[in-house]
Amino acid sequence: MHLATYLGLLEDSEKQLTDAFEHVAEKHRDEPDIEQICQKFSAWSRNHHGQILGFVEKYLEEQEDEPDKLKRDLFARNRSGALALLRDLHDLWLLTQQVQLCWTVIRQAALGLRDEELKACATECAARTKRQTDWLLGRVKQAAPQTLLVAE
Amino acid sequence: MPETRDSITDIWGPRTGFEGQEQWPARIDEHTTEAPDHWVQSACVLCSNGCGVDIGVKDGRIVGVRGRAVDSVNHGRLGPKGLHGWVANNSPDRLTKPLIRRNGQLEEATWEEAMSLIVQKSKDLIAKHTSSSIGFYTSGQLFLEEYYALAIVGKAGLGTPHMDGNTRLCTATAAAALKASFGSDGQPGSYADLDSTEAILHVGHNIASQQTVLWMRILDRLAGPNPPKLVVIDPRRTYTAEKATVHLAPRVGTNIPVMNGLLHLIIEAGHLNHAYIEAHTLGFEELKKTVAKWTPDRVERLTGVPADKLRAAADILGTCKTLVSTVLQGVYQSMQATASAVQVNNLHLLRGLLGHDGSGIYQMNGQPTAQNTRECGADGDLPGFRNWGNETHIQELADLWNVHPDQIPHWAPPTHAMQIWRYCETGSIKMLWISGTNPLVSMPDLARARKILAKEDLFVIVQDAFLTETTKYADVVLPAAIWGEKTGCFTNVGRTVHISHRAVNPPGEARSDFDIFVDYSRRMDFRDQHGAPLLTSTWQTTEDAFNAWRECTRGRPCDYTGMSYAKLSEGSGIQWPCNEEFPDGKKHLYEDGVFATATEYCETYGEDLETGAPRSKEEYQAINPNGRAFLHGVDYEPPHEEPDEQYPLWLTTGRVVFHFHTRTKTGRSKALQDAAPDSFVQLATEDAARYGISEGDMVEVTSRRGRVLEPARVGGIEPGLVFIPFHYGYWDKADRPRAANELTLTEWDPVSKQPHFKYAAVKLRKVHA
Repeated sequence: MHLATYLGLLEDSEKQLTDAFEHVAEKHRDEPDIEQICQKFSAWSRNHHGQILGFVEKYLEEQEDEPDKLKRDLFARNRSGALALLRDLHDLWLLTQQVQLCWTVIRQAALGLRDEELKACATECAARTKRQTDWLLGRVKQAAPQTLLVAE
Repeated sequence: MPETRDSITDIWGPRTGFEGQEQWPARIDEHTTEAPDHWVQSACVLCSNGCGVDIGVKDGRIVGVRGRAVDSVNHGRLGPKGLHGWVANNSPDRLTKPLIRRNGQLEEATWEEAMSLIVQKSKDLIAKHTSSSIGFYTSGQLFLEEYYALAIVGKAGLGTPHMDGNTRLCTATAAAALKASFGSDGQPGSYADLDSTEAILHVGHNIASQQTVLWMRILDRLAGPNPPKLVVIDPRRTYTAEKATVHLAPRVGTNIPVMNGLLHLIIEAGHLNHAYIEAHTLGFEELKKTVAKWTPDRVERLTGVPADKLRAAADILGTCKTLVSTVLQGVYQSMQATASAVQVNNLHLLRGLLGHDGSGIYQMNGQPTAQNTRECGADGDLPGFRNWGNETHIQELADLWNVHPDQIPHWAPPTHAMQIWRYCETGSIKMLWISGTNPLVSMPDLARARKILAKEDLFVIVQDAFLTETTKYADVVLPAAIWGEKTGCFTNVGRTVHISHRAVNPPGEARSDFDIFVDYSRRMDFRDQHGAPLLTSTWQTTEDAFNAWRECTRGRPCDYTGMSYAKLSEGSGIQWPCNEEFPDGKKHLYEDGVFATATEYCETYGEDLETGAPRSKEEYQAINPNGRAFLHGVDYEPPHEEPDEQYPLWLTTGRVVFHFHTRTKTGRSKALQDAAPDSFVQLATEDAARYGISEGDMVEVTSRRGRVLEPARVGGIEPGLVFIPFHYGYWDKADRPRAANELTLTEWDPVSKQPHFKYAAVKLRKVHA
């Protein structure tokens, strides 16, 4: 059974997302909406991460180490300014996609296992992840023309 | 000369108790300094109430005002601002010539020079940086025709998404809450609902000071037979709260727990209209679940509102057969603004209390023409309450203006004011055109706002009647004609449209905002897609613009097609929708419980009330509200800044009855200025004792953003909270920092984007003179 492995991937992804939102909130604190909403989203992901831990415990098996490739590619450059904001939002969006897909995979397993608790958890967390994605997409769409066409 | 009552010592005048629809007795309030030669029809522009008023004119000068007895809004009455504010028109310090900054100084110039400079600057910027380098920050105090001209200039002429009004600071949440619940902006009820209602709820709305004439109507109900019960939610003991049957005084930033607590008690007691909920709403189970956590004890612990008081309020609100609710800045400028405001809509929906005599909701406006800023699309909305996410709506605008739909920016919601200022700060907006507003007193975090306007690479145009704190930072100042000096229409918070005729000529070379925007359009040579001058360039008069506006509203909720200048001049106020079906306007919206939520009709596909993420059309279609209203449940989030050891007190800001906004007009009226000459800090007796402060002592109030010095006013407020009015700046008194917004926060509601003026953490220190 590879469920634990995948839960591990999810756990790691939510952890990365938690840190990434925190990082972006801190880095772009001059953008008041970014700072506050990213802090909120970081708290959401931290909460998701906490929920996963219980299931990791429950399905604990030998875990393969998932390399955090994604983390290395994202947020690596020391960017600043309007373009940096757009790129950081872009990367956050990608990370939420990673998390979302993990939840989809885990939920499928929960259905197969008839694990009602895990199913409920996956449903709730996937819904909140979508709200993160939706917000990021809206903000990216707003920022894109100004950033690419006008900003210095 | 006639002054029918002293509105300074007796703000609301004598009582004329009454009960029953449209039974409010008339009382003509008048204040003239000389006998007028003639009277000119208008309406008052010193709050959102829209009182019908006649302007008295003698020898080409305004000499006074009197209320219009026939007007459904005020039945002849006027408040202190209305009776005394007009004298500002005659001020000797009106701007009469354009000014251009040369060698660091503002110098008089001709209109030709000023407009040529603006046009040259615009063209250069567009060539180098696209029209997205140009932004507009307008007002809630121009006329409908002016906003519509501005909207076309910005959206079809330039094609910039950056246009908003100071309405963002005052009524953005009203619009957002109405849209979130009912699918479109537009107040469901009429003022006449107050005449027969059984109960009234004011949430964060000091109506006694803000809309004095509407408060007279309520005072007269309270003095008549079968007075309504009054529930007031406000952390301060305001004039309004003093008259309450039940006054709930929650801690700052806790509107959601109080409202959720009230809804919980009402649901638990079964005071629900189940048939209405079933037929006309979506989301009841979610709402029920969300509010269920908010038991009276839990509400008391968090908000300080005693559980028995919450129960008493819930009992009134749960059992009344008719209810009028009003909401204003205590909600709109607080944490979770939109989420809290929609809870009042929820209350009415749960009980089926709207769409009939005696029941209504006022998501209030602050300014006289804020409704038009929203309707006409001179703010973050599109003209005619159109939906930026709906391609058909964009096509309709493109057809009206004969431009390609892609010329109209709609890739995202129009840029809200706080983001416009941010773009100025980061340098990607390089020209900001400010009309009819004074942001260097009214914006939050003034030190930051000043720094932005002072930027070398930002070209600032200010269009105003007076030199202000803001004109100091302008590159060009355009002298504007104001109320009484131009003809146009505007709409009050109750959907009532008035015409205001030109009574006198503007001083010197001052021009109406309408003429300025049309002139800009002509000089920029904006063209439609067939090469003809863009609509505004063909407008000769404001009546041409009004007639074009009517077409823009056809089939929309704010339908003006049945109105004309002639019809508006014959009567005294007409409510939209006014069309073939309702030639005399309509008292109530949603009488049949069918709301403006159909996919092709709604003004918005909605937003996540916690995050502000916009919902897509596809998701909206999947919900398929199709005329049903939304019940939104939202849980509590604490404010982002709370008192701590370093800054141990809450600051809240607000109004005094004698002034309007940044006092550019009311500060020039001797009667009003003498009645409220200076700013102050109000603090509780307990806090005064703790800091050794007595009445009148000078107090330094400091936040993380800045500091002010204010004389102390002791009492009438909860311990731990201090209050400073936001009206006072520096144009007439610059000897000490005193503007409340030196202290406030740069942050905003995720949905309405309205800044949070109602809370900040501060510390106090008595200053020895």
